[in-house]
This record gives sequence, C-alpha cells and structure tokens, in this order.
Amino acid sequence: MLRLIILRTASAVPVMLIVAVIVFLLLRLSPGDPATIMAGDAATPAEIQGLRVSMGLDQPLPLQFLAWIAGVVQGDLGQSILSRMPVSDLIADRLGPTLMLALCAIVVTVLVAVPLGALAAWRHNTWVDWVVMTLSVLGFSIPAFVVGYLLMLFFSISAGLLPVQGYVSPLVDPAAAMRHLILPSLTLALVLMALIARVTRSSLLEVLGQDFVRTAKAKGNPAFRMLWRHALPNAAVPIITVIGLGIALLISGVVVTESVFNIPGIGRLTIDAILARDYPVVQGLMLFFAFIYVGVNLLIDITYIIVDPRIRY
Amino acid sequence: MTASSSTDVPILKISDLSVALPYGLDRAYAVEGISLSVRPREIACVVGESGSGKSVTASVVMGLLPNALRLAGGSIKLEGEEIGGAPEARMNALRGNRMAMIFQEPLTALNPVMRLGDQIAEVLALHRKEMGKTAVRKRVLELMEDVRLPSPETIYGRYPHQISGGQRQRVMIAMALAMEPALIIADEPTTALDVTTQAQILQLFRELLVKHDSAILMITHDFGVVADVADHVTVMQHGRVVESGKPDQVLGNPQHAYTRELIAAVPRLRYLPDLEPAMPMLEVKDLHLTYRQAGWIRKSQAVHALAGVSFSLAPRQTLGIVGESGSGKSTLAKAVLGFETPSSGQILFCKQDLFSLSQTALAGTRHRIQMIFQDPYSSLNPRRRIGQSLVEGPMRHGKSSAEARRRAVELLELVGLHPSSMDRFPHEFSGGQRQRLCIARALALEPDVIVADEAVSALDVTVQAQVLELFKSLQSELGFAMLFITHDLRVASNICNRIAVMSRGKIVEMGEAREIFENPQNAYTRELLAALPGSELR
Repeated sequence: MLRLIILRTASAVPVMLIVAVIVFLLLRLSPGDPATIMAGDAATPAEIQGLRVSMGLDQPLPLQFLAWIAGVVQGDLGQSILSRMPVSDLIADRLGPTLMLALCAIVVTVLVAVPLGALAAWRHNTWVDWVVMTLSVLGFSIPAFVVGYLLMLFFSISAGLLPVQGYVSPLVDPAAAMRHLILPSLTLALVLMALIARVTRSSLLEVLGQDFVRTAKAKGNPAFRMLWRHALPNAAVPIITVIGLGIALLISGVVVTESVFNIPGIGRLTIDAILARDYPVVQGLMLFFAFIYVGVNLLIDITYIIVDPRIRY
Repeated sequence: MTASSSTDVPILKISDLSVALPYGLDRAYAVEGISLSVRPREIACVVGESGSGKSVTASVVMGLLPNALRLAGGSIKLEGEEIGGAPEARMNALRGNRMAMIFQEPLTALNPVMRLGDQIAEVLALHRKEMGKTAVRKRVLELMEDVRLPSPETIYGRYPHQISGGQRQRVMIAMALAMEPALIIADEPTTALDVTTQAQILQLFRELLVKHDSAILMITHDFGVVADVADHVTVMQHGRVVESGKPDQVLGNPQHAYTRELIAAVPRLRYLPDLEPAMPMLEVKDLHLTYRQAGWIRKSQAVHALAGVSFSLAPRQTLGIVGESGSGKSTLAKAVLGFETPSSGQILFCKQDLFSLSQTALAGTRHRIQMIFQDPYSSLNPRRRIGQSLVEGPMRHGKSSAEARRRAVELLELVGLHPSSMDRFPHEFSGGQRQRLCIARALALEPDVIVADEAVSALDVTVQAQVLELFKSLQSELGFAMLFITHDLRVASNICNRIAVMSRGKIVEMGEAREIFENPQNAYTRELLAALPGSELR
C-alpha cells in the first residue's frame, strides 16, 4: 500500500511540470506587455526597455522559464506588479477565508447530499425520490450568483437573520464567522449537492440490486444498517470521484461566490489580479490552483485504494 | 433420515401458498397453491427448471420477495409461528437467526469490500448483542473451523476476491450457521462449484444437519444432487407442485409426465465413438502460458496457467476439455482463439502457425475459428437486432449485404428459430433460444473450428439436451471440428469423441471418451468421476 501511494505521488510530478510550462507560456505569449503596464502611461520607450531588462523579459524563453521554475521550486512565485509584495505572501494572506469557505461548502454538501441521494435510492420511484430529484435539477440549473443574491435577499435583507456580506476570521469571533459563512457556503454548495445527490442515488440503485445486499437482508440487517454498512461502502467509489471533481468545481466557484459576498479570499485576489493584468500574481494563482487540483486527485486515488480492496493500480 | 417421534413437528410448513406476479405477465402467479413441509434433520429438495417458481418459494419464506411480487395467500409457519406477512421487525429478528439462506453465486453474494470474518461476525452482532468482541471473534474462528476453511486466522482478514469459489461458499455456510438456525434455505448452493468441491459441501451439509438438529430446504435443478442428498423431493413446474415424495419414488417411479421428462433429460454417461484418424485441422503443440503477478512486497509470482498442453483436432471431431475451475481450460480456449499469447509452443491451424502469421494474414484466418460462450445473456449485444449481429461478421469478411442476410435466415432455420427473429432484440428470447442465436452467430462465419466454453452450463436440463442435439446435428451437416470445454462430465460424455482431462495447466489424461470414463488411468480422473453426484442416474 505504501509503495502504491509513493508511486502514485511520484506520478504527480510530471503532471505539475507540464502545468508549469503551460502556465508560463500562456502568459508570455498572450498580448499585453507587463513592462509597459508597470512603467505606467507616462513612461518613455527607453524606460520601458530598462524595466524589461531588469525583469529579465529580454532573455530567450527557455532561459526565462528556467529562472522562473528555479524560483517556484524554492517557493518564490515572483513579485506582484501592483502591490510590490511577494506573490506567495499574497496567496498565503488570502488562503484562510477561501479554505474556510471551501471546507464549509464541502462538508455541508456531503452531509446533505449523500443522505438525500441515499434516501431517494432507498425510496426509489416514490414521491420522496421525485422530490429529491426535482430539487436536484433546480440546484443544478440556477447559477451561483443568482442563488447568492436570492439567499441574501431572503435571509439577510428581508428576514435580517444573517449578515449580508463580509468575512470574520473564526480565530477572532467563531460565532460571527459561522454566521458570515452560512450563505456563501450554501451558494457554493448548491450545484455540488445536486450533482452528488444524483450520483449517490444512481450508484446506490445499482448496488441495491446486487446479490450481497440480499445476503445482508437475509442476515437480518434492518434497512438503515443495510444501507449504511453494506450498500454505501460499495457505492462509494463513484461518489468519491464526484466529490473530488466537486472540489475542483469549488475552486472556480469561489471566484464568483467571493465576489458576491465580498469575501477577501483567493477568488477575489484572482479577479483583481486578472483585471489589473498583474501577471506574476495570475501565474502564481494558476499554478496554485493546479497544485490543489493535482493534490485532490491524488487524495481521491489513495482513498479508492482504502475503500475498495479490489482496486490496485 | 427417518423421522422419529421427536421430529414430528415440521420446522417449516408451507400450506396453499400463492405469490402474485405483476399484472400483465404470461401468468398471474409465480407460485400457486403450493404446500410442503421440512422436518428436523431432513433435507427437502425443490426441483424444477427456470421459471418454475422454486426460487420464489425460497425468497418468500425468507421475506426477500422482489418488490414487484406480492404474497397472495396461504400460510408459512416457521417452528409453528406464522411468518407469512409478518412485520419487517419480526422478520429481521428471525432472518439470520432462526432461518438462514445460502445463495447460488458465492462471489456476488458476499460483500466485496468487507472482510470475510467481519461478514460472519455481523450475524452475531445483529442477533446476539450481548456477546463481547473477543467472544464473537472466537466464535467466528470456530465456525470457520466447522466448515473446514483452511487457516481461519488468515481468512478472517481476507476479502471475497482473495479466496476460491469453494472457500467462498464455505464462508456463506459459516455465516448461515452462526446462530445455529432451525432452517437453512439453500438456493442452488453447489451449482457454481466444481464436482469435487460440490461433493465436499454436500457432505458438510449432512454432518451439520445432525450436529445442529436443523433442516435444509434446498432449491436445485440437479437430479444428481437430489439423488444423493434428498430426504424428500418436490417437483415444480409453472409455479405448481406436480409431484412430491421420497426420492426413490420420485426418481425411480415418476408419476407425472413432467417429472419423467426432467429425469429423461438428465444427461447420462453415453459415449460417442472416436473417429478414424484424419488430417488434423487444429494442432496444439507444447503450449505454455505463464502469468506474472507483480507483488509489491514479495517477489513477483509466476502462475503457470498452461504447462505444456498438446493435442490435435480433426474435422468433425469433438474434443472435450474437462477439469475444475483453475485447471487452465478457459485459458486454453483463449489461447486458441488468439485472445492470449502463449509464452511458448505452437498452435497450428491448417498446418500454419497462428503466431508466426502477420497481422493481416491472422485477421484473414481468425474468423475460421469461432467461439460460443457460457452466458447467452451477456454475449449478445442487447441494443442490436439479431439480424445485425448475424450479418456483421460475414459482411466484414467480404460478403454482400443481401447474401449475408440470406445466409442468416438459413442459419436461423438451421438452429430451429423462425426467420422473423432477424428483427428482434436479444431480450425477447429465452436462455435456450439465445444460446441457439449464439450458435447461429458463430456459424455465420463458416468456421472450421468452434470453441465452446461451457456453452450449455447455464441452461436447464431439458434445454441443455436440445442444444447438445443441435450441436451434433450441425456438426454432421457442416463438418466443423469442436473444442468443447465443460466442467460437467455427463455433458462431455454426451457430445465428445475424445476427452482430455486437465489439471493445473496440464492434460493429465486424454483418450476416447468411453475409455476415460470406464477405465480411467489417472488418479485425478478417478477422483473427478467419484465426485459425480447421483450415481443412481448413470
């Protein structure tokens, strides 16, 4: 098992390297010269050229890449053009809120969607099933920004139960932090919930038709225990896969949700950096997202090995 | 086992039981007005073909009817308690506790992601909550010992896919015995097992019955098993009991026409003569095939699936390959069909070595060796019409569409199906008809060699007899050679001119069918023949 995990982890390295090359090229080859932007509107061509040399932009691409990747490996993602702060510090500063939000969203999703999907499968073709599936179609179809503003309208503005926008660190005031996180987490989780409830239902339906479920019943297992101990573990692989995909979806989701709820997280940083053409920051963020993505996939693969003893890579 | 005075109260008494089918099927009831009882220390067998309602009878007693079926009337008494329509909570208290069930296919009937020991322990956890963890573990190991699982400590922590079929069935039985239930319902418990394993399991049933004073209701289609173990036989057809009684009466002097038909269809040992020596169509020379299993802790292990197999096959000849699971017979079939590449050795087809041919030459030759698989349900594409499946191959090999269709219609008639079958889908046919379709599909390419891997094993006895007849008549008409792989020695004796007995990747004995059965030279062949159930039926 340990060997499998090490092998699987090692295979993530070339993937990250390819991502690094693409991220690097994407920005070098896209229109718009960072030196021109940095120098400002009033700069002379000579000043711009000077900046270019000092940033190493006059070097051939492979050399630029090597210099850049050497820095990245040491944790140096470059310096923000806008704020003159190291990109790694910028990301680290904004990581807290985003992680909190993503974590809450994924926990809420799993806690709500898996039981709902299981319920729908167990009560297949009854009104319970239809209600769950209808909700899931709705959850799927409404965009996050609409859901966000609607939730805000009902819970914050009309009912006044929850704060409208903003973020409080749980280290400062845990209760307030939770109150601030409820609506953004729900907004972020809704699409995922719909997706995971659906997958749980169909995966369970397949498992419930199998012989060993009948065996479990023949042993005298009550329905709930049969579902929990026998059916769900066997239906877990597709569900885990989608949860993994869901985390990737969350990454793109935070960008919208953080804007709607005015949360100072990675999503906001991304939008601000793109709008300001702050190349080093965008580059660092892309690399960071890819890193998370590859990491999540790695984690999922390792979970497979743990939940299903038949799986061997 | 004769009933003594203390065994007068039946453990299970079913009276006038009916189970309704959903509206709109060909009949209204899955079982209709059946009555039977099982006494302590008795094995009662219910025999019938698929669709006879025998499995429904087992499910209804356990309260495991599929949702579409509904108990329509009658009574089921377990140890005197009425359980027909008992509330779910009561059934959960009884299931696994006073009555237990053993299923046909032990691989799918065990939870694939749960350790075997835990699966047995679960029964105790459900019904004997006061038992401590160590006591449960001790009892599980004891049960594993009882059903003669080798090294229980190791098997406790294993998963179903890591042990053999016979061992899995033993785990199922240990699970069923955990609470020493009064009634064990066994639905085709040995059908998926090899003959020698089957003999051991049946023996085990007998011993356990006496030890625990329980009773077994066994559902089976195998008259050999009935003859060997039954104390009482019930024959079912179309959901009704047509005959019941002591096995000597029912088997020796059947009263009902259907019972007679069933017994007549049981393949007896019957031999075909060997053919005159002729130019071989297919020759296999010293074939070796070794699978390497990469271990991550131990060194890689080599499994010798084929260890020097040689034989030859002449036109119009049928060579039976018999042996237990794991003996390499299916690997041999795959190698001949070109699905597996042997490590060494030659396969000569019409004097040409298949592995020295170029890809294009091989593609031109390959269709002349055709296969028929065990499961006629999964070997036809469910979304294609029969006609499409039949013309696809010939058209790929250069026939015009019209010609291929004409030939397909001819073939359907040849295998005894109506030409209108061309426009129908596989699910519209019964198991026997589907196997006929698979045969037609194989014949569409006008093969010289047919490899039939357990081609009749999934069929009911009466259908099995018909399909074997069909093979024989087609062979005499078309003249193909056949490699007939089966675990069923009776079937082999009915269709093969020569028989090769395989064990551990080797042919241990090969010769004319009659010679092998009547005068076996090899110890393993003798063991196989001795394990054949139902010596009365030979």
